[in-house]
Amino acid sequence: MKITIGHLFPDLLNLYGDRGNIQCMVKRLEWRGIEAEVKTFSIEDEIDFSALDIVLLGGGSDREQMIVCTRLKEIKNEFKAYVENGGAVLAICGGYQLLGKYYETDNGKIDGLDIVDIYTVQEKGRLINNIFIQSDLFEMPIVGFENHGGRTHINANKPLGKVVYGKGNDGKSGFEGVVYKNVIGTYLHGPLLPKNPQLCDWLLSKAIERKYGKENANLSPLPDKEENEANKYIVDRYSDKVENFKERIRKLI
Amino acid sequence: MTLRGKIAVKTAKLVAKICLKMGRQGVTWAGLVARKIEPKILKILSDQVREKVYIVCGTNGKTTTNNMLCTTLQNRGKKVICNKTGSNMLNGVVSAFVLATNDDCTIDADYACIEIDEVSTKRVLPTLKPDYMVLTNIFRDQLDRYGEIDITIDILGNAIKMAPDMTLVINGDDPLSLSLAEKSGNRYITYGISEKVFDADEDAEIREGRFCAMCGAKMHYRYYHYSQLGDYECTSCGFKRPKIDYPATGIECGDHLAFTVDGKKINANYKGFYNIYNILAVYAVAENSGVDMDGFQNMLDHFTPENGRSEHFNINGTDIELNLAKNPAGFNQNINAVMADDKDKDVIILINDRDQDGNDVSWLWDVDFDRFGEDSIKSITVSGIRCQDMRLRLKYVDIPSTLEPNIETAIRNKIADGVKNLYVLVNYTGLYSTRNILKRMEGEQ
Repeated sequence: MKITIGHLFPDLLNLYGDRGNIQCMVKRLEWRGIEAEVKTFSIEDEIDFSALDIVLLGGGSDREQMIVCTRLKEIKNEFKAYVENGGAVLAICGGYQLLGKYYETDNGKIDGLDIVDIYTVQEKGRLINNIFIQSDLFEMPIVGFENHGGRTHINANKPLGKVVYGKGNDGKSGFEGVVYKNVIGTYLHGPLLPKNPQLCDWLLSKAIERKYGKENANLSPLPDKEENEANKYIVDRYSDKVENFKERIRKLI
Repeated sequence: MTLRGKIAVKTAKLVAKICLKMGRQGVTWAGLVARKIEPKILKILSDQVREKVYIVCGTNGKTTTNNMLCTTLQNRGKKVICNKTGSNMLNGVVSAFVLATNDDCTIDADYACIEIDEVSTKRVLPTLKPDYMVLTNIFRDQLDRYGEIDITIDILGNAIKMAPDMTLVINGDDPLSLSLAEKSGNRYITYGISEKVFDADEDAEIREGRFCAMCGAKMHYRYYHYSQLGDYECTSCGFKRPKIDYPATGIECGDHLAFTVDGKKINANYKGFYNIYNILAVYAVAENSGVDMDGFQNMLDHFTPENGRSEHFNINGTDIELNLAKNPAGFNQNINAVMADDKDKDVIILINDRDQDGNDVSWLWDVDFDRFGEDSIKSITVSGIRCQDMRLRLKYVDIPSTLEPNIETAIRNKIADGVKNLYVLVNYTGLYSTRNILKRMEGEQ
């Protein structure tokens, strides 16, 4: 078996250790004896979505997103077809915002891919801190770090999880991220996948299922001691009420 | 000086004394108190400096550059005010001046060398009017605090506008620094490394400045040194590496550093390619502002950073080098310096996520740790608040590590069972505590 991961525009969208997500997917495939190939696309490259099994769209600054947005318009239809056909996508932070209809910033409106019926509006104050959420896809919480000025509204779509500690999509709804078909959009980086192997494996198995059928999509378990302990560290730190209170005071000062 | 100014100085000094008695440094409080009593205190005191006021900004190399500049001037017999402790936000800067006053509350100094945190420039520059600003470089750092690198650049740009008479001394190899200097309209001079030194793969490392800061088109590099530093030219608008006023050539970089600038051969007994930039920056700003440079080599021979940057210790027969590594550019440079030593070695990495470190540790994944996979690295111990993130990072480049959250225990273990050659790499808030532990252990022998 072989899975091909397309990393879109890392020369522009590569904030916050996004390449860690790629490394994580590759390793977790290889450890299971599955071949992994990474295709990196620069802004001027042609993208053949039919050759891809997983697409990663990372985060970038507002200026970089503006540059990307022009290019995205040209590949919008192919990207959309890929998603509707069950293609796996991980879109983080800026990439998450670009999945939607638009991102309204102080410097103008950035048109999105319009793949998921969501939209983002920039508001005063960035939402910055560690975060952990509970998703109904997994028992293990999802942990990460958020840092965004945009507030994303997901309409009737399914969120990735409920915020236990942190701000999430808009700081008000109590929800974080979005799940649409085999697409995950989220503000969580850290990078996201290494500390959340359950989520990484979810994406991998969706990609394998689409390519090789359900019977091959049951991934063998891996010894995830380091992953689980790094995840648990954040969960414990922010489940502790005293620590929580101290953190809040610290942020206020 | 006005009575109000005098009261401000006296009270601030008292506050500093009380803090010191209570076992705290008190630098920040003293600055705050002085400023609250006399908002113009920074201007009043800095105006009394007889010759030049220098400030040093930039992501990496601030403290080393600033302290080296200070030592260069002191070696010429000059009196210098310097925030040596690295307290580089507004209150720390105010405090450096206040605590340097005489009993009559006036300043007796020829020069001031002040390191300033990039974001704090917007609060410092309205009152402090420096003659020179050294901008060492602009790298990705503490994104959670500053938001994005673009925001840092905007803040610096706006701050520079407040001091139009200030000369900028910039690293001409850094397109981000150059674009800032060009846009500012201030006079600027440049230093740089004017030859190809490494056979580096361009795509692997450049993450910032890959696209022109002026027009957004792709940049072409004739050669590059690390991160976005090198000989660059925009393929579209012609923005390119400028003519370098202080070019370094004849670079030697291994277990010591050597290069030629201004027809002078410079030798330094440190490791780390990045230190060439720090030395060059000092040379450029001092020479340009009329300091006699004859004793420069002599200064370098005796200069010891003594602040945890490339600082050496020997404890029970183990050679220990402590170094600060707080962002991807700095960490990659540190890894180069460690790998330049071919002897067997142990490595301890301490990662904290306090506010001064940045709460976000995702930058660890932008560091090229795979280079620690070589045979000469006998062990890696991960320590600090986020040791688990560090261990996980290494796992994904197939490097096993030992978890020991307590840094003192980690160091003691390696002195006991290691190969007698130990590198300790720590990020910001781990620096002083680790240095104190090493100092104490050295004294215990």
